[in-house]
Amino acid sequence: MLETYIRKKLEEKKILLMTHIVIGYPSMEASYEIIKAMVSAGVDLMELQIPFSEPIADGPVILKANQESLAHGTQVRQCLDLAARAAKDFHIPFLIMTYYNILFKFGVTAFAQAMAQRELRGAIVPDLPHEEGAEYLQAMKQNQLAPIFIYAPTTGEARMREIAGHAQGFIYCVARKGVTGQQTDFSKPLEGYLARCRQATSLPLALGFGVKDRADIDYLTGKVEIAVIGTQTIKVVEEKGVAAVGEFIEGLRG
Amino acid sequence: MHNRGYYGEFGGAFLPEILAATFDELEAAFEAAKADPDFRPAYLRLMENYSGRPTPLTFAENLTRHFGGARIYIKREDLNHTGAHKANNVMGQGLLVKRMGKRRVIAETGAGQHGVATATMAARFGFECTIYMGEVDVQRQRPNVFWMERLGATVVSVRDGTRILKDAINEAFRDWVSNMDTTHYVLGTACGPHPFPEMVTYFQSIIGHEARQQIMAQHGAMPKRVYACVGGGSNAMGLFSGFLEDSVELVGVEAGGHGLTSGRHASRLKSRDASVGVAQGYKTYFLQNNDGQMQETHSISAGLDYVGVSPILSHFRDSGRARFEAATDDEVVAAVELSMRKEGLIPALESAHAFAQAFKEAPHMKPDEAIIINQSGRGDKDIFTVADAFNDPKWREFIIGKAEKYKKR
Repeated sequence: MLETYIRKKLEEKKILLMTHIVIGYPSMEASYEIIKAMVSAGVDLMELQIPFSEPIADGPVILKANQESLAHGTQVRQCLDLAARAAKDFHIPFLIMTYYNILFKFGVTAFAQAMAQRELRGAIVPDLPHEEGAEYLQAMKQNQLAPIFIYAPTTGEARMREIAGHAQGFIYCVARKGVTGQQTDFSKPLEGYLARCRQATSLPLALGFGVKDRADIDYLTGKVEIAVIGTQTIKVVEEKGVAAVGEFIEGLRG
Repeated sequence: MHNRGYYGEFGGAFLPEILAATFDELEAAFEAAKADPDFRPAYLRLMENYSGRPTPLTFAENLTRHFGGARIYIKREDLNHTGAHKANNVMGQGLLVKRMGKRRVIAETGAGQHGVATATMAARFGFECTIYMGEVDVQRQRPNVFWMERLGATVVSVRDGTRILKDAINEAFRDWVSNMDTTHYVLGTACGPHPFPEMVTYFQSIIGHEARQQIMAQHGAMPKRVYACVGGGSNAMGLFSGFLEDSVELVGVEAGGHGLTSGRHASRLKSRDASVGVAQGYKTYFLQNNDGQMQETHSISAGLDYVGVSPILSHFRDSGRARFEAATDDEVVAAVELSMRKEGLIPALESAHAFAQAFKEAPHMKPDEAIIINQSGRGDKDIFTVADAFNDPKWREFIIGKAEKYKKR
């Protein structure tokens, strides 16, 4: 179980790191190299995004990565195969992140089976609220995959508890309003929000949106179980190349 | 958030969690407004005094004689303030924004009609206003961009994706997830997550309710068929709403572009290129590939150039309640020309799709049968596109001369 892995890892580390890549950006082969570099730099979990033409919750950096990946012909099956290769070669949990239409067109049950066959551990589908997700939830359960759900600062307490009832593995807490990659203010108001999240679920908490450097990770240590670095690693690859990824990740934790 | 807003298998609310509370608030405000006995009358008064409603139903005597078949009536949404049916929805949502106590509105626009209508409403109600418009549409609809900016709106040219309507919608959502506390997203068509399809239809139904009374007064019977163009589907839902309980055939006309086999069209309900999917917050027929990636669409009219379609119309398609057809770019330009020559009416290129299909069918109908065509907007906004389509040499000369003058400054 994903949650068991997370709890066990937390015996060795104070905070876990989850990173995010868009599959096929800048290329399929580069994606594999980035995963390899991230794993050897000590990343604990990864979300692999299958690109979608309408990534409504993503900011400019990840949006562009989605578009460029699709522009050079990335297909869903190739993405699943790359994820399978990663799961075979590297022993950390890999999650699929994508928008619901990708699952819907593939067939939701078939998609869950495809993930399980490839030894992936779960999925994050940001435009699928649990109210619309009956088929997805059932397919994920049958295949022993963790459906990761999201909390936002605008989520009320009753709804948080309702979501916790469907979630497995951990809860992904969005740090603030807005899309991925914008500035986040890591300060007191965030602590109040995290306290509300903690009250509503016994699952581990991951925090993402705007986490970018050592100072942010230090701040989050002791407050959440997992810090999520998304946009920033894509920026590092864009600015300094694939080779710079390892050093960046290693510098994030003391 | 409840699991509501389904029409058959279509619709729903596929929202990022950050917007769940905002949609609860919007739905509650809309339900409260509907239940308030003063709301609809206040809306009707506003449309009467500000937008010139009711719009006429014009008997097109010359076109009727020309085709020698059904009696052709035209519902004149072009005579709304700002020149299109878009005002009906926008003013209604403006009243809701006031009820919710928000002070900023954002909107997407394709042809620019919805953007102009929203900017007008924002000026009237004193809201801040930002309009998202695909870069391609900004280029082909410059006059509307000019008016939006003069009306005080900020126009953001969207350079992502295919740079048309759907990309403008994505960008408007990205703004909304940051600013929902102060901002309402005035979605322009009967698409998107619940409650938008229902809400936009509620306001646009004013078209059909008027048309039903008017055709009874003028023709003394129900029309045999009613025609509306279908982009997102708001003017079609508006007209159809007046005739849902009657035995009237509802005909929706999509953008056939270069033809349904050309791969360059925007037909989701008539062509075989579309399939059911989930994007932009709702489930409907989309023009997408086997992986679920949205495809490029094409139409001579920016307002019909969209990958999705109202979930209510998708339901009508599958249940057989409405029939869907497509008109090509060439047929549309010919329909504009004929309407101008015979009736002195200038339909927008969008609306002219409905005209083109009605013109194909009217000659085969009986003289005692009536049809209604929805002229959803006026065509003078399309002067650049229409002048190009007509290849008008004097217009060309004028533009070249004008450009020379600007260069000298």
